Formats: sequence, C-alpha cells, structure tokens
Amino acid sequence: MTLFEGRNLDCRRGGRDVFAGLSFELPAGGALLLTGANGSGKSSLLRMLAGLLRPAGGAILWDGQPVGEDPGAHAARLHYLGHLDAVKPVLSVRENLRFWASLREGAEGQGAEGDGATAEDAGGGEAVPDDSVLGESGRLEAALDHFALGDLADVAGRLLSAGQRRRLALARLLAQPAALWLLDEPSVGLDHASVGRLAAAIAGHRARGGSVIVATHTALDLPDALPLSLDALAPPPLPEMIW
Amino acid sequence: MKGLVIVIGRDLRLALRQSADAWLAVLFFVLTATLFPFGVGPEAATLRQIAPGVIWVVALLAVLLSLERLFLADFEDGSLEQLLLSPLPLEVAVLGKVAAHWLTTGLPLIAAAPLLALLFHMEPAGLLTLLLAMLLGTPVLSLIGAVGAALTLGARRGGVLIPLLVLPLYIPPLIFGVGATESALSGLSARPDLLLLGALLLVMLLVAPLAAAAALRQALE
Repeated sequence: MTLFEGRNLDCRRGGRDVFAGLSFELPAGGALLLTGANGSGKSSLLRMLAGLLRPAGGAILWDGQPVGEDPGAHAARLHYLGHLDAVKPVLSVRENLRFWASLREGAEGQGAEGDGATAEDAGGGEAVPDDSVLGESGRLEAALDHFALGDLADVAGRLLSAGQRRRLALARLLAQPAALWLLDEPSVGLDHASVGRLAAAIAGHRARGGSVIVATHTALDLPDALPLSLDALAPPPLPEMIW
Repeated sequence: MKGLVIVIGRDLRLALRQSADAWLAVLFFVLTATLFPFGVGPEAATLRQIAPGVIWVVALLAVLLSLERLFLADFEDGSLEQLLLSPLPLEVAVLGKVAAHWLTTGLPLIAAAPLLALLFHMEPAGLLTLLLAMLLGTPVLSLIGAVGAALTLGARRGGVLIPLLVLPLYIPPLIFGVGATESALSGLSARPDLLLLGALLLVMLLVAPLAAAAALRQALE
C-alpha cells in the first residue's frame, strides 16, 4: 500500500529545469534510495518532499492527501536531515538534542495519531509502545547511546568534530519518533562504525513501520530499497540558440 | 504556548552563554549617549532639553545594532530550517525569538536608561514616563526589526540593508516615545502618546511575526 507518493514532480531552480516528471511511490516501512550525479536535484527533491521548496509542477501526497494542504501536520510527521547539522556551538550535546526533541514533544499527540495508524497498517506496531515506555528522557539517552555520544553528552557543540556533529544531527531522528525520514547524504563525515549504526537506526525505523528516503553516494546497507535515479529525469539540454 | 517558552528559553540560554553580544547593545547605548554632553557642551538646560530625543534615538540605534544576529546564526547553521520543519508554527517560533531578543536587548536598555537620565539632568517627573514609554516602545523596535532582519536574510551583506529597511519604520515609535516623555516633562498628560505606543505594540505583535515568518520561508526556499 502506498503511503507517500510523488506524482510528476517538476523542479526549477534559478530559472533552470533540474528534473521533470519525477514520480515515486513509497509504502509504509519502505525505503527509497536516491542516486544521481552532482546537481541532478537529489537535495532539491528532498527539500521539496519536506515542504521547504514548492514543486514547480506535480503533487506530493501522503495517504492520498496533498501535503501542501496542511504543512504543519506534514512537518510533524517527518524528520529532515540536510547538509547542515543545526548544532549550536555553545550548547552541550545533550542540550542541543533536548531542544529539538522538546519542540516535537508538545505536538506529538497530533503527529503520533497519524504515525500510529501507519504503524498498524504495516503490521509493525509492536515496537511503538516500546518507545512510549522509555519516556522522553529515556528516549533521548537511548538516541545519544545509539550514536555513541553518551560520553560526549556534556561537551559543548563547538568542540565536536564534523563526524560527531553529524552523529548528533542523526540522534535527532531517534530522540522523537516521526513516520518519514528524509536524509540528505546522512553518512558524510561518518566513520565506518557510525555508518553501521546509521544503517541499524534506519532498519529499526523501518521495522516500526516508518519510511525513509535517502540520497547518498556511499554504500549504505538498505535491504530491498527501491532505487530512484535522477540522472534519467534531467530535461534534455536546450537546443542552441540560432541567432 | 509550551513551544513558545521552549524557544525563548533556548535563545536566552544562547544569549547568556555568548553574553558579549548582549552587553554590546547596552554599552553602545551608554557610550554613545555619553558623547552628547561632550559634543553640545555641559549646560544643564541644553542637555535637559535634548535628553528625551537623544535617549530614544540612541536606544533605537542600539537595537538596530543587535538585529543582524537575530536570525543569521540560525540560518547559517541549519537551525532555521529545522525550526520551520518542527510542529511549532514558524510564527510562534519567530515570536519566541523576538521575545528573547527584547529580553536581552530592550530590557537592559531600559535598565540603563535611568543612568542616562541622570547624566542629562532629566527631571524625575520625566524619568518614570520615559521608562514606561520604553517598556512599550522597545518591543515594537524588536518586532519591526525582526521583519527587517528576516527580509534581508538571503541577501549578501544583508546586515547593511537592515538599517535602510527598518529605520523609516522606527519613526512612529520614536515620535510617540519622545512625545510621551516631553509631555510629562512639560507637565502635560503623557497618556495619549503612551496609548498610541501601546496600540502600535499590539498591532506589531500581530503583524510582525506573520510578516517575518513569511520572509523566512522565502529565504529558506
């Protein structure tokens, strides 16, 4: 069953067509692996799916409903991880994570309703109560531990290395549940062990009925992910002007 | 409501950890105002006459100085797009950031104002009205400034553009703020000016977060 769907999406950036006629279907628990050359529009597509960028044409549907109708509800059901880590240099690792987790905490009731329904659809509802048993702070510590940030929890953000900052950004995914993960080059700067932890986090998310869309150039262990190459969707080069 | 408190708390914590930024506006306020007695001469009568205007203009410039960092750091490190994608409406997040900005900029200015009133030989009768007018007026400065800061976010050298956008809009709070203080000093009622300042504040509380949030969405596209 299709949960998240893009139909005939067109993307224009700065007056130039990036891709046109892109369609995909993603079931609950599914994974979509975006590939394509630099500049083929992977990041633009993810920003579009997150609601940061308006598509020049086409429709983005969640459960059959256009996401543009209720951007707030769409934002509540997704985690977007872009190129920037959103780590404040003067806050400690735990404070950074707690801020983003607590922002979602308040609206969780509304977001979790949709999430609960999708998890049941996928038949993966067992893991969800597990999360609520853990509680907010327990989930936060678990997220830190999963990405091996437990020892760094009280270290200020400015002292982190690029890979550690990335791990902190990834820990946001686990600190609060969301049905859809949009990950733009999530493994940049990560060491080998951390890439494994990322793959495990994604696998756990999918087992709970969550969906994920990943753009990556590196090998990331995503069992039976649907591939989507943007290279074929680039519009044909404009014919040379004659005059 | 809870989200608003969370954003204010986070921005206050950030401001306290980087307290140099917060001190900058207040020090600018006090130091710049201190230049005037050197410039126009130390006669008490002259100073008393220009006091309300000088204090308001310098306060306005001090707020202006602090506006650029309102959204810029969050924009550059990706926090702003995460805020936009959080379940919290962006307008509420903007209101929270403006409130934190006022608490770390406007409120210290009000606290420093009695010192300047003393320096300019201001009558005690005017001081209370000055503080009341600043209490109503400085949030207006932060709110209007937030719109300007949001609009210039994507632009190169946006910090230079902010004064051009914002200063003309600062004229109404300046007129009513100075008007209230001068009325009180000359024995008239400051009530009309204060009421107008209050009305301006209410309108801006409503309009500024909407306008700034729309500008931020545009900047993030």
